[in-house]
Amino acid sequence: MIDSYLRGFETFSRNGAASAPQWARSLRLSGITRFEQLGFPDKRNEDWHFTSVAPLAEREFLPLTTGATRVTAAQLSPFTFGATDWHTLVFVNGRFDAELSSTASLPDGVEVMSLARAYDEMPVLLEQHVGRIASIDAHSFTALNTAFINDGAVVHVRQDVEVARPIHLLFVSDAGAVDGVIQPRNLIVLDRFAKATVIESYVTVALGASAYFTNTVTEATVAEGATLTHLKLQRESAQAYHVGTLDVRQARDSHLVSFSFATGAILSRTNTYTELRGEGCGATLNGLYLGDDEQTIDHQTRIEHVEPNCYSRELYKGILDGASHGVFNGKVYVHPEAQKTDGKQTNNTLLLSERAKIDTKPQLEIFADDVKCTHGATVGRLDETSLFYMKSRGINARTARELLTYAFAADVLETIELAEVREALEAATLRRYASV
Amino acid sequence: MLEIEGLRATVSDKEILKGITLTVKPGEIHAVMGPNGSGKSTLAQVLAGHPAYTVTGGTATYDGQDLLAMDAEVRAQAGVFLAFQYPVEIPGVSNAYFLRAAYNEIRKARGEEEIDPMSFADLMDEKMKLVEMDGAMLTRSVNTGFSGGEKKRNEILQMAVLEPRLAILDETDSGLDIDALRIVANGVNSLKRANNATIVVTHYQRLLNYIVPDYVHVLANGRIVRSGGKELALELEAKGYDWLLEPALA
Ligand SMILES: Nc1ncnc2c1ncn2[C@@H]1O[C@H](COP(=O)(O)OP(=O)(O)OP(=O)(O)O)[C@@H](O)[C@H]1O
Ligand SMILES: [Mg+2]
Repeated sequence: MIDSYLRGFETFSRNGAASAPQWARSLRLSGITRFEQLGFPDKRNEDWHFTSVAPLAEREFLPLTTGATRVTAAQLSPFTFGATDWHTLVFVNGRFDAELSSTASLPDGVEVMSLARAYDEMPVLLEQHVGRIASIDAHSFTALNTAFINDGAVVHVRQDVEVARPIHLLFVSDAGAVDGVIQPRNLIVLDRFAKATVIESYVTVALGASAYFTNTVTEATVAEGATLTHLKLQRESAQAYHVGTLDVRQARDSHLVSFSFATGAILSRTNTYTELRGEGCGATLNGLYLGDDEQTIDHQTRIEHVEPNCYSRELYKGILDGASHGVFNGKVYVHPEAQKTDGKQTNNTLLLSERAKIDTKPQLEIFADDVKCTHGATVGRLDETSLFYMKSRGINARTARELLTYAFAADVLETIELAEVREALEAATLRRYASV
Repeated sequence: MLEIEGLRATVSDKEILKGITLTVKPGEIHAVMGPNGSGKSTLAQVLAGHPAYTVTGGTATYDGQDLLAMDAEVRAQAGVFLAFQYPVEIPGVSNAYFLRAAYNEIRKARGEEEIDPMSFADLMDEKMKLVEMDGAMLTRSVNTGFSGGEKKRNEILQMAVLEPRLAILDETDSGLDIDALRIVANGVNSLKRANNATIVVTHYQRLLNYIVPDYVHVLANGRIVRSGGKELALELEAKGYDWLLEPALA
């Protein structure tokens, strides 16, 4: 069903797209051309071997024409972590909403704005990066997103500036999103020695049992010595479809700390990619997926060690209940020049039901000879020894199970430095798995 | 308080306990010694209710009740406590949360009210002093990344909080330096009451200088081959176990 997107593109090119600069228009054209060639991936595509996108491909999702905002600040409060001093951009059904956003207290040297405004205010920066990081060659969904580049967030932090409070990009969908496709395109640029925390939230309010499709792409570049902390929180409604890519380029001595929390959508795929293109870089990619019912939650990570003396750490954990299906595909490529690479990848999944399943596929491809790279994956049920230890302290069997389930998740949630998010996710996870 | 009669147990179809008989009265301290692999931990785990061990014969009666028929948590709620030889790490559950959950379950079982967090914090302050433990240990995950000595002290902290009637200490002294050993022993001694009892499993006589036993038992090859007073421990220290083993194997 790529026809509806092709038709949508024609309408889109005639209407909303006119205001974009020439480079953006030609980028879109290359996106739709590539998408038409690729179509949706099927299971013969190695990157999609474990997840069928047929349910998504067979439905007709239409590009959304701007509708009136029905979302209120009160409806957003469950997703704002009680923080009042964050820099927040809100997007409703993919369109920037200035009224719900708050960027007044941004420090000097930090720009956070919608893509549409950035076309005017930062044309050079955009042209330099948008479409240059996330490749469309083999990625249908990125090609599709590129075809419809129109709105999204742009974050630029200048040299030596540390942004103390997080920048929250909150993408909310409501009833106006039904049967529509939302395609945010975001850009994060950290100049030398800059430091920032960016949160991308994908949530649903008051939708009911209808489907919509979020297809989002974020490109990020982290310059020498800079540190980007990126949290992606995917909590869309149980009928939503979600495909999201974060693609990062790291210069020497830069750090990326990424966390992906995925619990929503009937079918979701989260790609987290980074290239370590200078010496002394570090990348930490962690994540937690919580599945139930018929959900499919797929994560793919790719870490490219291009230069020597970099490290990467990866811990993805999942708890799967019902007939849910988890996928973890972690690729680590160590290029021939990348000596002294220190890489560690771990994926642990807890299966709470007989029908739940996980496909886990670590892929280490190492072309340098002096490296230290390990990976490990475990799939299992709760540890009997731990259960016994807790029971031997008087804790009843059910509580012990609940606590251990929670603890399994808390072990990776603990790595989130931002207290508001860590505590909120811990509390939500505790409520979900423990009746204590 | 505890009567064990002809207790037999297997693990993975291998018989480890081959008929243990032992009686522990309130107020008593019993030491269980014996060579590696003789079944000391197995005895301790069977008494605590570890599901991996199958009881194939004999009885164990605790306060007149059939101990072996009780679930592990029910035993704990009834006052049985095992300090593990190898304490288990539970990443993701804070020590404080774990202790409070356990404490409240045991209070509930006794028909008492749950404790509020403030009073619990006070209680913890007091108990932590007893084992000379740093407050920071409370916010860390249970035993996770703890040193060997910290783990053992944490076991005694749990014991101090839960105030068991029957405490079984499985090699709590192993791997402790003399200072830590003294702290652990002080903890155990200060928890001593006229109506509770302690079984101390140990390899070393030196612990028994601090925790003075009323009885010493030697476990070898799944059987108690000799029982005596505290002087037996000194004799074992001097002579080793071989003189007791030969007749046991014959
Ligand atoms: N889960 C198990 N599976 C198989 N064999 C076991 C298991 N647990 C214990 N054993 C065996 O049972 C025997 C007794 O073990 P136990 O741990 O009770 O000895 P112990 O007296 O405590 O030794 P140590 O002094 O080394 O602590 C040993 O031979 C041991 O290998
Ligand atoms: Mg032992």
